[in-house]
Amino acid sequence: MILELLNQFMPAEVAFYVELVIIAVVYLGVFALLGLFLVWMERRVAGFFQLRLGPNRRGPSGLFQTVADALKLVSKELTATEGRDKFLHGIAPYFVIVAALMALSLIPFSAELQAFDINLGVFFVTAVTSIEVVGIFLAGWASNNKYSLIGGMRSGIQMISYELSIGMTIVTMTVLAGTIQLSEIVEMQRGGWFIWTGHIPAFIGFMVFMIAGTAESNRTPFDLVEAESELGAGFHSEYSGMGFAYFFLAEFVNMFIISAMAVTLFFGGWLLPFEIGADIPFVGAIIFVVKTLSVVFLMMWFRWTFPRLRIDQLLTLEWKYLIPISMVNIVVMAILVWLGLTF
Amino acid sequence: MENQMENQEFLADKIRTQEYQLNMGPQHPATHGVMRMILQLDGEEIKNVEPVLGYIHRSIEKMCEKSSYKQIIHLTDRLDYLSSHMNNEAVTLLVENALGIEVNDRIKIIRTIIAELTRMASHQLWWGVMGMDTGALTTFMYAFRDRELINEIMEETCGARLTMNYNIIGGLRYDIHDNFVKRVKEFIVHFKEKLPEYDNLLSNNVIFRKRTEGVGIMTKEQVIAYGMNGPTARASGFECDIRKKLPYSAYGMVDFEEVLRTEGDAFARYKVRIDEMWQSMNIIEQLIDKIPEDDFRMKTKPIIKLPKGDFLQRVETARGDFGVYAMSDGGKNPTRFKFRSPSFANLHGLNKMSENTKIGDLVVNFSTIDVVVPDIDR
Amino acid sequence: MKKEELQSLLESWSLDLTFIEGETQFLEVEVPAEKLSELSLKLKEESDTAFDYLFALTGVDYGKDLGVVYHIESTTHNHMIVLKVKTSDRENPNFDSVNDIWPAAYFNESEAYDFFGIKFNNHPHLTRIFMDEDWKGWPMRKDYTDEFNMLTR
Repeated sequence: MILELLNQFMPAEVAFYVELVIIAVVYLGVFALLGLFLVWMERRVAGFFQLRLGPNRRGPSGLFQTVADALKLVSKELTATEGRDKFLHGIAPYFVIVAALMALSLIPFSAELQAFDINLGVFFVTAVTSIEVVGIFLAGWASNNKYSLIGGMRSGIQMISYELSIGMTIVTMTVLAGTIQLSEIVEMQRGGWFIWTGHIPAFIGFMVFMIAGTAESNRTPFDLVEAESELGAGFHSEYSGMGFAYFFLAEFVNMFIISAMAVTLFFGGWLLPFEIGADIPFVGAIIFVVKTLSVVFLMMWFRWTFPRLRIDQLLTLEWKYLIPISMVNIVVMAILVWLGLTF
Repeated sequence: MENQMENQEFLADKIRTQEYQLNMGPQHPATHGVMRMILQLDGEEIKNVEPVLGYIHRSIEKMCEKSSYKQIIHLTDRLDYLSSHMNNEAVTLLVENALGIEVNDRIKIIRTIIAELTRMASHQLWWGVMGMDTGALTTFMYAFRDRELINEIMEETCGARLTMNYNIIGGLRYDIHDNFVKRVKEFIVHFKEKLPEYDNLLSNNVIFRKRTEGVGIMTKEQVIAYGMNGPTARASGFECDIRKKLPYSAYGMVDFEEVLRTEGDAFARYKVRIDEMWQSMNIIEQLIDKIPEDDFRMKTKPIIKLPKGDFLQRVETARGDFGVYAMSDGGKNPTRFKFRSPSFANLHGLNKMSENTKIGDLVVNFSTIDVVVPDIDR
Repeated sequence: MKKEELQSLLESWSLDLTFIEGETQFLEVEVPAEKLSELSLKLKEESDTAFDYLFALTGVDYGKDLGVVYHIESTTHNHMIVLKVKTSDRENPNFDSVNDIWPAAYFNESEAYDFFGIKFNNHPHLTRIFMDEDWKGWPMRKDYTDEFNMLTR
């Protein structure tokens, strides 16, 4: 659409690159705003759960509080430990933020609003989000701090393990969908959301996905990477200013991505049941965002209710329960699809 | 198979592993104050814990040697600030017993009620912090909501919320406020509703159970050998409640249970404190209607001199068996004034508890022995 | 066990014990320093006494002498005894450690060392537990002067 508009007053090749730049800038903006909004939302939700108000002074309901906090972080001095690995310490936040940004570009907000719709969609998302672990690991390694190192090691163990369950759940759902292109997965759900049509295996898949997804985005009850009562701040102990802000924003955007994937795979993306409002333009994006924020709310609910797991319990949960369950789940789903027992 | 064995030996040669040290503290969220622990770690596994103390050592014992007995009472507030009333009580009882002052029932009952309220406030704070240490941040706010009500009662009674200084030798500083009985009763009704909520939030949470059950087990023999006390020791089945063993104030007049458990793990220590809150409410309920009309202060001499000799007074604070040991030469200052602090004694078990456990378990263990660092450092 | 019974039992052990006379709360026994570990072990092992809980360990400066006071309780019989050891050697005060008998003495002996400079033989890890490692002098002794002390009168 933008391409056609640009083609009117510049050559085709230039227009192509200009379009890329425009989309990149828009997505960077969306990324920042989304991060800030989610931080605000987390603080309000935390306040709601903790019998207090949360931010409420700057702007309507304290909406600009996080903007002020972000400005504070930008203007802060960058401090770092002596004897750190300067290069790795410097680039670690970018691994995390770029991975999150790339994954965000694949999220199908609505039929029209998707920056990058490739036929390998689902696998591209899992591939890109798993780069993030490299950033966290580097941050822990390069900081020259033992707390960071322990945090980094834990992230390595945790994120690589839980990547498996996420992958297998996604495979389960692609067996049902018959495609791995994100927009087509959503289109497949026009007759009914997958959580309904795939009934039992889809529901089990959703639970596994949410558990593994919470672990993947390093949130309580799986926030061992940061584990503030054990490790201070874990892998980002030695980051200040924008370095810290990148990690912080990426965490929240990752949470959004996990939720968006859950909505895409299980809750029909931008679709409402029975095609309600399907012909109003751009309503799809709103529906999608509302659905995603509901899942985000669920994850925030986890965070403000549950205690944290211990590292060995975390691995037991993954390797002894989630992986066998999701393996069986794939087979069950395949049999159901083969026998035509889905709705 | 053989190949694999060779492979492992080869790897063991190539990859060198070693234990390393980690400084936990002095500024660390889990140490609840300014304390440092040197951990000897093998990966995530703890091999040795060595506490480094003294970051808030204020030499209170030395100060006591230069203070009169009336002044000493106010220094004890700053030991275990969460059970300040019981600390005050220990010194007042020591002086009263040494001088043979018998206080009337009104004073005894009011002291006991306030002590139990303080114990509940302390256990509430501990419950909140325990949740925080395991990662559930919301518990802290819930605990403070209910603790606030106790603090308000204290504020109305004696003007202070935490370090009350309500005890003086031979009685109480002020009489209780007219609202006292009413508000305490209101609090009991409120808290009886909320305490099961605490249980539902943490005690019945599967993750919390997994984190605490079977963690940091101490047997009864170990607990006695290490000189541990209070709720921490009672979780291992050691009957050490001074309120039962050597009743002081009004504890002889009431009927309550000493909470004992036999498992000796972190969950037992947790549960003992929760059940102690029920017992505290039980004690208060028995006493609150029985406050007789009488003086709130007995007549004492203006300058208090203890007879020559040694005196020991033990009370049960929220943390355990608090002992005050005074050596007097007959003057108005003691020659030696020793505080036997329950936190210091309990800290000693930490190394044993945490042997070959993970870092996460250390935090849980440290939280369940419930130390207050100023009480350790004195 | 009552105070008097305990006293007669301990007298029968013939360990040069001095019993402190007068209206004392508990049985107070003054032990010669070299007999301390022998008596401690016996107090713990004998089933009649069974003193297994070290309640408090207090370093004391008597002015001329330095000493340690042990409050020991029995969890089975619920009686308490107070042991006192003294030495007039202020330069190098020295007692046997009771850490192997009551592990609870581990930190407490370090505390007495830190504040009074009393050394405990065979203690596995005697450190300045509260003060800095390089602190000069023993702050709880009566002859310790501290020019910054605002409480001095």
